[in-house]
Amino acid sequence: MLKVNNVKKKFGDAEVLKGVNLEIAQGEILVVVGHSGGGKTTLLRCVNALEHCDEGDIEINGKILCKDGKYVDKKSLKEIRKDIGLVFQNFNLFPHMTVLENLIEAPQKVLGWTKEEAIKNAEETLGFLNLLEKKENYPFELSGGQKQRVAIGRALVLEPKIMCFDEPTSALDPGLTGEVANLIKSLSVKGMSMMIITHDMDFAKKVADRIVSMNLGKLQEGLIFDELES
Amino acid sequence: MSYILEIMPQVLEGLKVTLEIFILTLILSVPLGIVIAVMRTSKSLILKQVSGAYVLIMRGTPLLLQIIVIFFGLPIVGITFDRFPAAILAFTLNYGAYFGEIFRAGILSIDNGQVEGAQVLGLSSKNILCRIILPQAFKRVIPPVANEITTLVKDTSLVYVLGLDEMLKIGKMAANRDVSLMPLLIVAVVYLIVIAILSQVLKKIEEKYDYYK
Repeated sequence: MLKVNNVKKKFGDAEVLKGVNLEIAQGEILVVVGHSGGGKTTLLRCVNALEHCDEGDIEINGKILCKDGKYVDKKSLKEIRKDIGLVFQNFNLFPHMTVLENLIEAPQKVLGWTKEEAIKNAEETLGFLNLLEKKENYPFELSGGQKQRVAIGRALVLEPKIMCFDEPTSALDPGLTGEVANLIKSLSVKGMSMMIITHDMDFAKKVADRIVSMNLGKLQEGLIFDELES
Repeated sequence: MSYILEIMPQVLEGLKVTLEIFILTLILSVPLGIVIAVMRTSKSLILKQVSGAYVLIMRGTPLLLQIIVIFFGLPIVGITFDRFPAAILAFTLNYGAYFGEIFRAGILSIDNGQVEGAQVLGLSSKNILCRIILPQAFKRVIPPVANEITTLVKDTSLVYVLGLDEMLKIGKMAANRDVSLMPLLIVAVVYLIVIAILSQVLKKIEEKYDYYK
């Protein structure tokens, strides 16, 4: 589902990614753990084309996103973005739109659905996420956990093959970690792959099928850290 | 006083011209301002520099001179305008630059996370600008836009230089003719009433957009 091959990325003189290799199979939940500054978020951003890596190949659902550091054109990128979703650490919900409007914007504009189709699908998703009663609320009226579920719902309605999560537990109460882990697991039951970035090792162990560690720009299988800062 | 009633009709005739210039300028310069702001914040160097030069010139020279150049100066190179269109053109170009910078500030103030959130969903640049950025920027810039709008009402008096009979000119003529400051006082009160009404309208708009934080 996701293939990352020898990806390198520099910011100025600092080499943040030093040749990263990664593969995620269909339905697999992969968790990348590491210290801040280790490169995990940069890797996630390169995979989502928010940053451009300098070298390496990235393939999503069999489609080439990046070859030898060159990213595909806008048209191809638009197609690939239908297969991959990203839930940001601070959610990036659209504050001027209701929960429902946040969820129906992309299906209409990107997938070409009618408003009715988009609303029906959005309401189903909101039901699954236990947010249906909040559909007319605005993001500022929601709790952190609710906002995160809206962010997940917004990515989910496009039915991506792989979902990415950037530090899903960092903005939440520690008690909610288990809930988020369960939610993510229930998504993968449908065959969705997940790539999760976190420095919460408890959460990582709860939710992962496989854990890899990112340290100083290099990726290693398994958990190499004893503990990470919270 | 009966004097006030006597000159009110003339003052209101002048108000008509003032409002015509005000409304037409507003309708034309706000969209122009959005275009300029988008050019100023685009990735294209050419668009940035052209719009930057435009803003520099329009903000760097007095509006009064711009009016004079367009009406009296352009005919020298073969472009002639009637008085009223010349005034509207000068005002639109001038205020378009100021609105452009205000909207640019609004666009830049929107967190980049909004753009990225929309990008990963696959939204096009056009959709991101029109559906995500501009609506949010609009709410942010209502106060400075209100500033410009109230300045515009009073700037309309500059068209005296083209011989157009807007309200302040009428007031000055009556003051001279009747050797009295009363006309100018009346004109001041009318400006105040117009701007007070405008301020209320803008306040209502700001409240309407306060539906979210």
